[in-house]
Amino acid sequence: MELRYTDEQRAFRREAREWLEANVPSGPLPSFDTAEGARLHREWEAKLNAGGWAMVPWPVEFGGRGADLFEWLIFEEEYYRAGAPKRINQNGIFLLGPTIMEFGTKQQKARFLPKMASSEEVWAQGWSEPNAGSDMANIQATALRDGGHYIVNGQKTWASRGAFADWLFGMFRSDPDSERHRGLSFILVPLNLPGITVRPIPQLDGLPGFAEVFFDDVRVPAENRLGEEGAGWRVAMATAGFERGLMLRSPARFQHTAQRLVSLCRAHRELVGEALQDEVARCWIGAEAYALETYRTVSKLLAGGKIGSESSLNKVFWSELDLRMHELALQILGECGPASENAAAAEWLDGYLFALSGPIYAGTNEIQRNIIAERILGMPR
Amino acid sequence: MDFRSAEEHLLLQQSLRDFLAGEFPPAKLRALWAGEAQRGGALWAALAELGVCGMLIAEEHGGLGLDLVAAANMLEEAGRAALAEPLASAIVAAPLLAELGGALAEEWLPQIAAGRAVVAVGHPLFAAVEDADCAQLLLLPGAQFALHAVPRAAAQCESLPSSDPSRFLAKVSFDSDAHPPLAEGARARALWDAVLLRGALTCAAQAIGVCEQLLQMSVAYTSERRQFGKPVGSFQALKHKLADVKLKLEYARPLVQRAAHSLAQQAEHPQCGVHISMAKLLACEAAEFAARQALQCHGAIGYTWEQDLHIWMRRAWSLAQSWGSARFHLSRVREPLLGGAFPIGPATTFATGETT
Ligand SMILES: Cc1cc2nc3c(=O)[nH]c(=O)nc-3n(C[C@H](O)[C@H](O)[C@H](O)COP(=O)(O)OP(=O)(O)OC[C@H]3O[C@@H](n4cnc5c(N)ncnc54)[C@H](O)[C@@H]3O)c2cc1C
Repeated sequence: MELRYTDEQRAFRREAREWLEANVPSGPLPSFDTAEGARLHREWEAKLNAGGWAMVPWPVEFGGRGADLFEWLIFEEEYYRAGAPKRINQNGIFLLGPTIMEFGTKQQKARFLPKMASSEEVWAQGWSEPNAGSDMANIQATALRDGGHYIVNGQKTWASRGAFADWLFGMFRSDPDSERHRGLSFILVPLNLPGITVRPIPQLDGLPGFAEVFFDDVRVPAENRLGEEGAGWRVAMATAGFERGLMLRSPARFQHTAQRLVSLCRAHRELVGEALQDEVARCWIGAEAYALETYRTVSKLLAGGKIGSESSLNKVFWSELDLRMHELALQILGECGPASENAAAAEWLDGYLFALSGPIYAGTNEIQRNIIAERILGMPR
Repeated sequence: MDFRSAEEHLLLQQSLRDFLAGEFPPAKLRALWAGEAQRGGALWAALAELGVCGMLIAEEHGGLGLDLVAAANMLEEAGRAALAEPLASAIVAAPLLAELGGALAEEWLPQIAAGRAVVAVGHPLFAAVEDADCAQLLLLPGAQFALHAVPRAAAQCESLPSSDPSRFLAKVSFDSDAHPPLAEGARARALWDAVLLRGALTCAAQAIGVCEQLLQMSVAYTSERRQFGKPVGSFQALKHKLADVKLKLEYARPLVQRAAHSLAQQAEHPQCGVHISMAKLLACEAAEFAARQALQCHGAIGYTWEQDLHIWMRRAWSLAQSWGSARFHLSRVREPLLGGAFPIGPATTFATGETT
């Protein structure tokens, strides 16, 4: 066990810190779920990409920096430390990107990854349907082969950032006689094709953070299929692993929130009872535990290990920690009375609304607990 | 950066696990409870043979010369097997004796390593001394935090009730004039501080093993036991309980490993005490939570004296109370955290070498 950074890792951190300090916008950007916010977030991503920091663990040829996973964690720590904007293209860079890296052809990598890194093309995830939520194998939208194309029909819903995205990666039934997990294909669809209707859906905060997407005889080139025809489920499960685990939600995010919570508690300590202070301390411990467990996982991965269902443990842990931290912050602000009607309170409330969705998206926590029990503990189905 | 246990530590851990699985079945523990067997006997000698009793003791004194990171791995196995031998006391005592040095260390360290002696250690914050019953030497607090070495025969021990019959607690008194202090003042306080951290770490590491054992027993039982025509483990209510145990276990484990690492290299880790308290708190809570869920998953059979489940339930309870309660350790995190005693936030998990 060696819990010390190497000189190279320290140098990497320094470089990231310097660049971020010089380039991160001074104030928060408007939400990326508004047209103006989306534009500004894309601008930020372009700048990040020009600096070579858009997706540090990717190979240089695809717009990355060729960094390893420890450097990725270090970058994330610096990113949150600098208070840099949220990543508008997170579905692309954190979920689809690694999946293309694993399953894509050479042409697909060259075609999609650099524009993903630069966020010239922003991606939405099209898995859920009105009747396929937790039960994703119940997907009904079809993509039927017609020569060099797929003809896509049906409806996707809850696609985050779908209102402002350029592309959608989705799961469609390519074998009309198939059932459940079989006969699905993973297809990349440009959202400007004829026959596509994108209808924004306002979320709890009133902004159009989701969209539902309707497909009416949309012709998509067959080369936009990722992985084999009918093997979509397997490809999607890899993406889901990235989503639940260390790509989408690296620990720095929660350490940053824990730090803000501790500051808030400190600032109002005389008003906050000991029981609440204890809960704040527990959250900070939780964020540390998540960070340590992630470093442990990365150590394992770099030594040639694999992660599978363990990502379900991550998903439950970070989503419940995040929600708890926001609940506590609002409780503390509540103790402070009407004077707390200020910008800090608004930020925590916004964060709370988003944290509430954590136990739902990326597979609900009930589904994750089923996976933990059945696949990790081996309990009977 | 490499957050993995060393290969050789894992091998040692595995061999202790295999040994205890063979040599220390629950029947032996029950014999001990019934007074038909003693601690510090043949099993203790066999553990000494394996090097376990003297794992922290330098090779020149007959030990293995390992550090606390390795010890934490080994103690996990003590928890998994519900070992009743005074292993934790050996882990707490050895570095204290080494630190005191002199004739005392020369005399007792080789005897601990050889399994011929048990040294029990008290603490000024806690009234009870563990393992005084089978010890030959007691290291005890006196007035003003002074540290005294008292032969067992010269001390009066009054045994105290314990929720865990494998855990021997006593209130100890001695004549401090007859046994003048070995350390006083600031030095003694520093020694007691270090004892507390080691004691808490031994509990945390054992609690991980206890938690794993309770989880494993519950998964096995609920997979076998059938009601309504199927294994009760197929019911989601039980699945989610045990999934929650797994969650608490997996996020306590790295805290324990990091705490052991920080304590082993204390000089470099000003927040060592915080790391230990976090680990003690979460590991013991995971084990207590596992005990509660395991009992529920077993139904009435788990509520019997015959079923072995309560061996580990009791261990979970007693570890939670040893070397500082949850409340005690949480306050040792809360106060410095809210007092701004150390930097927090992203990029502070490990020392970065940057001045922030
Ligand atoms: C903020 C947010 C962003 C999202 N972004 C996207 C996106 O970009 N792309 C996308 O495709 N989808 C997205 N989703 C959708 C998300 O994946 C689904 O909401 C999720 O999979 C659950 O499906 P559902 O909403 O239909 O709930 P349902 O499946 O109807 O579940 C309702 C309740 O029943 C429970 N339940 C269901 N089945 C079981 C079971 N077997 N055992 C126990 N309990 C069960 C659930 O846990 C839940 O509590 C997003 C959702 C949110 C909230």
